[in-house]
Amino acid sequence: MRRLRELQRLTATALMRPLGRGNHTQTKWTDGRAMTQVAAEFIKPNDRLSSYERLEIYNRQYWFRVLDCLYDDYPGLLAILGERKFYKLRIAYLTRYPSTSFSLRNLGSKLEQFLTEEPPWSHPLEAMVLDMARFEWAQVVAFDGDAKKPLSVDDLLGKGPSNLRLTLQPYITLLNMGYPLDDFVIAVKKRKRAMRSEASNAMEGEHKERAARRPRLPKPQQVFVAVHRFQNDLYYKRLTPIQYRLLAAFRDGTTIESACEVALTEEADVDIAPQLRGWFQTWMELGWFCRGE
Amino acid sequence: MPANRFNGYTDLGIGIGLRVPHYHHILTRKPVVDWFEIISENYMCDGGRPLQVLDQILEQYKTVQHGVSMYFGSTDRVNREHLKRLKRLAERTKTPFLSDHLCWGSIDGTYTHDLLPMPYTFAAAKVTAEHVREVQDYVGIPVCVENVSSYAEFHESEMTEWEFLSEVVEQADCGILLDVNNIYVSSKNHSFDPYDYLNNVPHERVGQIHVAGHSKYEKYILDTHDHPVLDPVWKMYAHAIRLCGPTNTLLEWDAHIPSFDEVHAEALKANRFIKQVVREEKGAHAIATA
Repeated sequence: MRRLRELQRLTATALMRPLGRGNHTQTKWTDGRAMTQVAAEFIKPNDRLSSYERLEIYNRQYWFRVLDCLYDDYPGLLAILGERKFYKLRIAYLTRYPSTSFSLRNLGSKLEQFLTEEPPWSHPLEAMVLDMARFEWAQVVAFDGDAKKPLSVDDLLGKGPSNLRLTLQPYITLLNMGYPLDDFVIAVKKRKRAMRSEASNAMEGEHKERAARRPRLPKPQQVFVAVHRFQNDLYYKRLTPIQYRLLAAFRDGTTIESACEVALTEEADVDIAPQLRGWFQTWMELGWFCRGE
Repeated sequence: MPANRFNGYTDLGIGIGLRVPHYHHILTRKPVVDWFEIISENYMCDGGRPLQVLDQILEQYKTVQHGVSMYFGSTDRVNREHLKRLKRLAERTKTPFLSDHLCWGSIDGTYTHDLLPMPYTFAAAKVTAEHVREVQDYVGIPVCVENVSSYAEFHESEMTEWEFLSEVVEQADCGILLDVNNIYVSSKNHSFDPYDYLNNVPHERVGQIHVAGHSKYEKYILDTHDHPVLDPVWKMYAHAIRLCGPTNTLLEWDAHIPSFDEVHAEALKANRFIKQVVREEKGAHAIATA
């Protein structure tokens, strides 16, 4: 068992090391020895391929698979950073935080943390890139995250605002962003769809598409967005600052009364009761609330 | 078709893998298909569109779960969260049996998301069989292990791949998902006779057969699942059903996926070989009883 474990550790370390020049396996091992020598110690060669070349097949497969996965899940980050910087970011991220889940769905789960820890990878657009990483992860969550039974009007009967706690559905993420990235991502996806329908059968079309995909970067503007799903389709819903504060308070487990106090502080002299009723009605219709603990 | 305890006594016929590009066609046209194989991990989520589609499919079709990341051969303990989700999904799908690969792919909690070849040692067979048993016991339904295609071999190996497969399934008392395309790919990459493999696995344990296409490169073959099945693989398929009986058969097509009809038509080519084998058997029986 111990021997098998050591062999699996060695193999995994070798195939998860970043590729070198020309997408080849690095020529030196971690201790400076030639990789050809290290590979030959545990992998058999055959009459066509050396041990190094056989290991390289797996080394490439690993990187192509995980890089592709993030490429598909983060079109917004690609559009902000461009092909080359996004490629480097993905390698740095996956080297530091390789997958710890049986599902590739979770591959980007630590990207926000990584960007916070290592801002040079997103320089000079650190704030925008961080917002985008949050925004795109929120879409992963909204796509297939858990849904609790939505709260109905009957559930509210007989409850007072001072002791009733609402909770947001687990698949909803509330975002306070410094850029209008919802509009930006919609533009990116539209452009991508348009390019795909034009370039249908040429391999080189992929590079043209990628080169032309980058729309103009957004200017700073604070926006509040709820990323959610309705009837299993993904949506981004803009929120006003008060709506955001209210929903965030519910998400954090406060009572309705406390949430309203927190959210409405700055607008105390404005009667927003009619608006509040409308908001609640919409949110209830969207099934956003479930019962808090 | 031979139903046995390793495939939940099923006689499913010829199926195809359920893939996203075909969702719309299947849900709107409702084509006649014997059965679908679903990738378990794609539906081991908490909600949303994947489960909605799955439920619609389950209303109309027989499905069997096929996993890609249980990694029976990993020295890590079986991931309990994975197991729980797998069992929850199995309760939803009522899958008659489960399958996953004879491989490893994670170590110290880190996942490679690849189907990595095992060193064919007795120690590795023991660990692998224990994990298969654990999954089988926890989920409570039969498990079939699938042979993978591979591009590398370890010096440590003490036996052939088919001996290793036999060792594992006997120790675990589980079934085999025999992937004839994978046998073909590995036979070319490692220079063995694929018929030695087919002839020397315990045929009575085969619960399902996979066929697929592959890609040839200058020095090796890759298991890409992006082509029709090649003739040598169909020939091996015919031999396999002569040995095992015409068991549950599934075509895998995972990249450059063509229309649903094209994929289904490719899968149904298996019928030719099944009929051929049945004719041969009838002929042999007639001669024997004449």
